[in-house]
Amino acid sequence: MSEKTVTRMDLSEAIFREVGLSRNDSAQLVESVLTHMSDSLARGEQVKISSFGTFSVRDKSARVGRNPKTGEEVPIQPRRVLTFRPSHLLKDRVAVGPRR
Amino acid sequence: MIRSELIQKIAEENPHLFQRDVEKIVNTIFDEITEAMARGDRVELRGFGAFSVKKRDARTGRNPRTGAAVEVEEKNVPFFKTGKLLRDRLNGK
Repeated sequence: MSEKTVTRMDLSEAIFREVGLSRNDSAQLVESVLTHMSDSLARGEQVKISSFGTFSVRDKSARVGRNPKTGEEVPIQPRRVLTFRPSHLLKDRVAVGPRR
Repeated sequence: MIRSELIQKIAEENPHLFQRDVEKIVNTIFDEITEAMARGDRVELRGFGAFSVKKRDARTGRNPRTGAAVEVEEKNVPFFKTGKLLRDRLNGK
Protein backbone atom coordinates (compact mmCIF):
# COMPACT_ATOMS: atom_id res chain seq x y z
CA MET A 1 0.00 0.00 0.00
CA SER A 2 1.21 3.50 -0.71
CA GLU A 3 -0.29 4.80 2.57
CA LYS A 4 -0.99 8.34 1.53
CA THR A 5 -3.88 9.97 3.38
CA VAL A 6 -6.49 11.89 1.43
CA THR A 7 -8.34 14.59 3.40
CA ARG A 8 -11.10 17.18 2.96
CA MET A 9 -8.46 19.47 1.47
CA ASP A 10 -7.74 17.03 -1.37
CA LEU A 11 -11.47 16.70 -2.08
CA SER A 12 -11.98 20.46 -2.27
CA GLU A 13 -8.85 20.75 -4.41
CA ALA A 14 -10.46 18.28 -6.85
CA ILE A 15 -13.63 20.40 -6.99
CA PHE A 16 -11.55 23.52 -7.53
CA ARG A 17 -9.78 21.71 -10.40
CA GLU A 18 -12.80 19.98 -11.96
CA VAL A 19 -15.55 22.54 -11.51
CA GLY A 20 -13.55 25.76 -11.22
CA LEU A 21 -15.12 27.07 -8.00
CA SER A 22 -12.97 29.03 -5.55
CA ARG A 23 -11.03 26.98 -3.00
CA ASN A 24 -13.20 28.49 -0.29
CA ASP A 25 -16.50 27.54 -1.96
CA SER A 26 -15.13 24.11 -2.81
CA ALA A 27 -14.23 23.47 0.82
CA GLN A 28 -17.66 24.61 1.93
CA LEU A 29 -19.38 22.26 -0.53
CA VAL A 30 -17.38 19.27 0.70
CA GLU A 31 -18.55 20.15 4.20
CA SER A 32 -22.20 20.49 3.06
CA VAL A 33 -22.14 17.06 1.43
CA LEU A 34 -20.75 15.42 4.58
CA THR A 35 -23.22 17.32 6.78
CA HIS A 36 -26.23 16.25 4.71
CA MET A 37 -25.09 12.65 4.78
CA SER A 38 -24.49 12.77 8.55
CA ASP A 39 -27.87 14.45 9.20
CA SER A 40 -29.67 11.82 7.18
CA LEU A 41 -27.87 8.98 9.01
CA ALA A 42 -28.51 10.61 12.40
CA ARG A 43 -32.23 10.49 11.52
CA GLY A 44 -31.77 6.75 11.04
CA GLU A 45 -32.04 6.87 7.27
CA GLN A 46 -30.00 4.90 4.79
CA VAL A 47 -27.69 6.84 2.48
CA LYS A 48 -27.37 5.13 -0.87
CA ILE A 49 -24.81 6.47 -3.32
CA SER A 50 -25.14 4.55 -6.58
CA SER A 51 -21.89 3.02 -7.87
CA PHE A 52 -20.17 3.97 -4.59
CA GLY A 53 -21.93 2.25 -1.73
CA THR A 54 -24.61 2.26 0.95
CA PHE A 55 -24.34 3.58 4.50
CA SER A 56 -26.90 2.09 6.86
CA VAL A 57 -27.67 2.41 10.52
CA ARG A 58 -28.07 -0.78 12.55
CA ASP A 59 -29.35 -1.28 16.05
CA LYS A 60 -27.20 -3.38 18.35
CA SER A 61 -28.69 -4.84 21.48
CA ALA A 62 -27.11 -4.73 24.93
CA ARG A 63 -24.52 -7.37 25.77
CA VAL A 64 -21.94 -8.15 28.37
CA GLY A 65 -18.47 -7.21 27.24
CA ARG A 66 -15.13 -7.83 28.85
CA ASN A 67 -12.17 -5.59 29.42
CA PRO A 68 -9.55 -7.58 27.50
CA LYS A 69 -6.78 -6.36 29.79
CA THR A 70 -8.33 -7.05 33.19
CA GLY A 71 -10.90 -9.69 32.24
CA GLU A 72 -13.49 -7.62 34.08
CA GLU A 73 -17.07 -7.84 32.83
CA VAL A 74 -18.61 -4.57 31.64
CA PRO A 75 -22.16 -4.04 30.41
CA ILE A 76 -22.39 -2.65 26.86
CA GLN A 77 -25.49 -0.53 26.34
CA PRO A 78 -27.74 -0.95 23.29
CA ARG A 79 -26.41 1.34 20.57
CA ARG A 80 -26.66 2.26 16.94
CA VAL A 81 -23.78 1.62 14.59
CA LEU A 82 -23.09 2.63 11.03
CA THR A 83 -22.13 0.10 8.39
CA PHE A 84 -20.83 0.81 4.92
CA ARG A 85 -21.49 -1.65 2.14
CA PRO A 86 -19.33 -0.87 -0.88
CA SER A 87 -20.89 -1.19 -4.33
CA HIS A 88 -19.66 -3.85 -6.75
CA LEU A 89 -17.97 -1.14 -8.75
CA LEU A 90 -16.00 0.12 -5.74
CA LYS A 91 -15.10 -3.43 -4.67
CA ASP A 92 -13.85 -4.24 -8.15
CA ARG A 93 -11.80 -1.04 -8.37
CA VAL A 94 -10.19 -1.70 -4.98
CA ALA A 95 -9.75 -5.49 -5.31
CA VAL A 96 -6.99 -5.42 -7.91
CA GLY A 97 -4.97 -2.94 -5.87
CA PRO A 98 -2.64 -0.28 -7.18
CA ARG A 99 -1.38 -1.09 -10.68
CA ARG A 100 2.25 -0.40 -10.24
CA MET B 1 -31.36 9.38 0.89
CA ILE B 2 -29.97 8.61 -2.52
CA ARG B 3 -27.37 10.39 -4.65
CA SER B 4 -29.96 12.44 -6.58
CA GLU B 5 -31.62 13.64 -3.35
CA LEU B 6 -28.24 14.69 -1.99
CA ILE B 7 -27.59 16.66 -5.20
CA GLN B 8 -31.06 18.23 -4.91
CA LYS B 9 -30.41 19.41 -1.35
CA ILE B 10 -27.05 20.93 -2.22
CA ALA B 11 -28.61 22.63 -5.28
CA GLU B 12 -31.38 24.16 -3.14
CA GLU B 13 -28.81 25.58 -0.72
CA ASN B 14 -26.72 27.00 -3.54
CA PRO B 15 -29.13 28.69 -5.97
CA HIS B 16 -26.19 30.51 -7.59
CA LEU B 17 -24.81 27.20 -8.92
CA PHE B 18 -25.99 25.38 -12.04
CA GLN B 19 -27.57 22.00 -11.37
CA ARG B 20 -24.99 20.35 -13.64
CA ASP B 21 -22.17 21.86 -11.54
CA VAL B 22 -23.73 20.55 -8.33
CA GLU B 23 -23.90 17.11 -9.93
CA LYS B 24 -20.25 17.39 -10.90
CA ILE B 25 -19.29 18.48 -7.37
CA VAL B 26 -21.03 15.55 -5.70
CA ASN B 27 -19.71 13.09 -8.27
CA THR B 28 -16.17 14.47 -7.92
CA ILE B 29 -16.22 13.82 -4.17
CA PHE B 30 -17.18 10.14 -4.51
CA ASP B 31 -14.89 9.67 -7.53
CA GLU B 32 -11.92 11.05 -5.59
CA ILE B 33 -12.62 8.73 -2.68
CA THR B 34 -12.91 5.78 -5.09
CA GLU B 35 -9.67 6.69 -6.89
CA ALA B 36 -7.83 7.09 -3.59
CA MET B 37 -8.91 3.65 -2.40
CA ALA B 38 -8.07 2.13 -5.79
CA ARG B 39 -4.52 3.47 -5.26
CA GLY B 40 -4.53 1.85 -1.83
CA ASP B 41 -4.66 5.22 -0.07
CA ARG B 42 -6.63 6.06 3.04
CA VAL B 43 -9.30 8.77 3.07
CA GLU B 44 -9.75 10.48 6.42
CA LEU B 45 -12.75 12.76 6.91
CA ARG B 46 -12.60 13.82 10.56
CA GLY B 47 -15.95 13.68 12.31
CA PHE B 48 -17.48 11.62 9.51
CA GLY B 49 -15.23 8.62 9.16
CA ALA B 50 -12.29 7.05 7.37
CA PHE B 51 -12.14 4.86 4.29
CA SER B 52 -9.25 2.45 4.07
CA VAL B 53 -8.20 -0.65 2.19
CA LYS B 54 -7.72 -3.98 3.89
CA LYS B 55 -5.83 -6.90 2.44
CA ARG B 56 -7.47 -10.31 2.40
CA ASP B 57 -5.08 -13.23 2.06
CA ALA B 58 -5.55 -15.91 -0.54
CA ARG B 59 -7.63 -18.81 0.78
CA THR B 60 -9.27 -22.01 -0.27
CA GLY B 61 -12.97 -21.36 -0.48
CA ARG B 62 -15.84 -23.64 -1.26
CA ASN B 63 -18.65 -23.43 -3.73
CA PRO B 64 -21.57 -23.51 -1.29
CA ARG B 65 -23.77 -25.33 -3.79
CA THR B 66 -21.44 -28.10 -4.91
CA GLY B 67 -18.96 -28.17 -2.04
CA ALA B 68 -16.10 -28.05 -4.54
CA ALA B 69 -12.91 -26.39 -3.28
CA VAL B 70 -11.91 -23.23 -5.14
CA GLU B 71 -8.77 -21.16 -4.78
CA VAL B 72 -9.61 -17.54 -3.90
CA GLU B 73 -6.79 -15.14 -4.74
CA GLU B 74 -5.44 -12.47 -2.41
CA LYS B 75 -7.47 -9.28 -2.75
CA ASN B 76 -8.03 -5.84 -1.31
CA VAL B 77 -11.36 -4.78 0.13
CA PRO B 78 -12.76 -1.31 0.97
CA PHE B 79 -13.36 -0.63 4.65
CA PHE B 80 -15.12 2.24 6.45
CA LYS B 81 -14.73 3.21 10.08
CA THR B 82 -17.27 5.67 11.46
CA GLY B 83 -15.87 8.88 12.95
CA LYS B 84 -16.36 9.62 16.63
CA LEU B 85 -18.60 12.63 16.09
CA LEU B 86 -20.96 10.79 13.75
CA ARG B 87 -20.99 7.71 16.01
CA ASP B 88 -22.02 9.92 18.93
CA ARG B 89 -24.70 11.62 16.82
CA LEU B 90 -26.20 8.25 15.89
CA ASN B 91 -26.57 7.59 19.59
CA GLY B 92 -28.19 10.92 20.31
CA LYS B 93 -25.19 12.47 22.06
